[in-house]
Amino acid sequence: MKREMLINAALMAGLLVVPLWAWAVDEPFTITLATRVAILALAAVGLNIALGIGGLVSLGHAAFFGIGGYAMGILASHAQTYDPIMQWPLLVEGTKVMPVIWIVAVLAAALAALVIGALSLRTSGVYFIMITLAFGQMLYFFAISWPAYGGEDGLSIYVRNDFPLLNTLDPIQFFAICFALLALALWFSARLAASPFGLALNAARQTPQRVEAVGLSPFRLRLAAFVLSGAITGLAGALFADLNRFVSPVMFSWQTSGEIIVFIILGGVGRLYGPVAGAALFITLEHFLGEVSDYWHIFLGLLLLAVVLFARGGVIGTLAGRKVAHD
Amino acid sequence: MTLLSLSNVAAFYGPSQALFDVSLDLQAGEVMALMGRNGMGKTTTVKAVCRMIPVTGGKIVFDGVDLRPLPSHRAARLGIGLVPEGRRVFPNLTVAENLQAAARPGDWTLARVARLFPRLEERRDQMAATLSGGEQQMLAIGRALTTNPRLLILDEATEGLAPLVRQEIWAAISALKRETGMAILLIDKSVSELAEVADRAVILRRGETVWSGRFDQISDSLMQDYVGV
Repeated sequence: MKREMLINAALMAGLLVVPLWAWAVDEPFTITLATRVAILALAAVGLNIALGIGGLVSLGHAAFFGIGGYAMGILASHAQTYDPIMQWPLLVEGTKVMPVIWIVAVLAAALAALVIGALSLRTSGVYFIMITLAFGQMLYFFAISWPAYGGEDGLSIYVRNDFPLLNTLDPIQFFAICFALLALALWFSARLAASPFGLALNAARQTPQRVEAVGLSPFRLRLAAFVLSGAITGLAGALFADLNRFVSPVMFSWQTSGEIIVFIILGGVGRLYGPVAGAALFITLEHFLGEVSDYWHIFLGLLLLAVVLFARGGVIGTLAGRKVAHD
Repeated sequence: MTLLSLSNVAAFYGPSQALFDVSLDLQAGEVMALMGRNGMGKTTTVKAVCRMIPVTGGKIVFDGVDLRPLPSHRAARLGIGLVPEGRRVFPNLTVAENLQAAARPGDWTLARVARLFPRLEERRDQMAATLSGGEQQMLAIGRALTTNPRLLILDEATEGLAPLVRQEIWAAISALKRETGMAILLIDKSVSELAEVADRAVILRRGETVWSGRFDQISDSLMQDYVGV
């Protein structure tokens, strides 16, 4: 356990030191890469609540990532054209203020997770995977055929949104925002896992009937976890859109859902910092192998195979050793 | 005051009918033994009370609430703590986590469970799956207690345990009776130990109540014919 804490600390220190070094030597692209890691790790920290603690393999978390992205895109595009989102029954205008956008993104993703979860969690196993995938794809095709916000071409936002007292267009300052939110989500996730709710959710993963016998409803535990999970992934979606200053239906695609799962598997399922390790490894591979070959996914596939076959605890599990609860 | 009342309960276990006509009245603060040979419907009766199997006839009322329409977790929340047959702990949680996951506000805290079963305190941070059978049973009882139930149901709590461990569990049951006003429904094969703690008994035969009354009034012939002792 102590070893895992050291690894986690080293991981976060690494994620902090690399962009600071890049800032010192004026390498903004490296800072952007680190920001991508922080944001994608945040998305996976969200999914890890459902998948790691609750054992819910959702292949539709891109739905919440996309909703977060479009929440940002819609609010910011209206703000940039000074055209209100709606005028009746009440006037709703766009905004470029990040905290407001985050709140909208989190609430919208949570609401969607509540509806999708309430329907999907009536099934389990492979049916749950399929139904979450179906909801994700439904939103993907909806986004493609929604011309008001760019349809298939997506939506560009010309200037990054604002955060009080910071210059968000400065890469290191935007990284600081994303890193702080990732740290906050990790802290929340740790508290959640150790709370009676998290413990019961963990127990319901293996022995739902026993959980019911002590007076808790596995369905409600899972739904609450799914909503929290979707909300955090939604926040990551809003940040991702802000990083790229662009949203498109790709954010909703099943490949995005798959990538978020891959981060968790690479890092270690159920490991608190697994998503950070997984996202960091994925982005690093994408960057370096991508330069070598366009077909870098082949190497990623081989790595994934190796992890699943030989290192089931992922990066964290391999370095920190076996943990009985999740292996 | 009647805490749990079953009248003419019928229930199926899978495709076959297991309970035909089970009736019993358990008073608050009372210890009742549910007796009968193997396969006569004792565990099925407990499962019917805990809403784990569908009930097709009769009435089950707990503290004035009809249990039949309730899902299992709602019945448990009314104050029924079950220690199921076969020591069903949460294997992937530690001892302390098992107790925390189920805890509801009340007199029974982790510290009080630790006083009842000091061994659990020693094993506090150990995974439940790695405990011995006796320790798992203590944990299952402790976990039911931290839900702060008004009725504790123990289904074969001492089965398959070493004699010393069984003594410890029986001592704990006696302590519960002595120190708390908790009603207890017991299923167990050790008649002599049951005689020490049970106020009343209900005897089942082929899914029907055939006798109920004070435990000390069970005749030898009843024991021989219906309990097999």
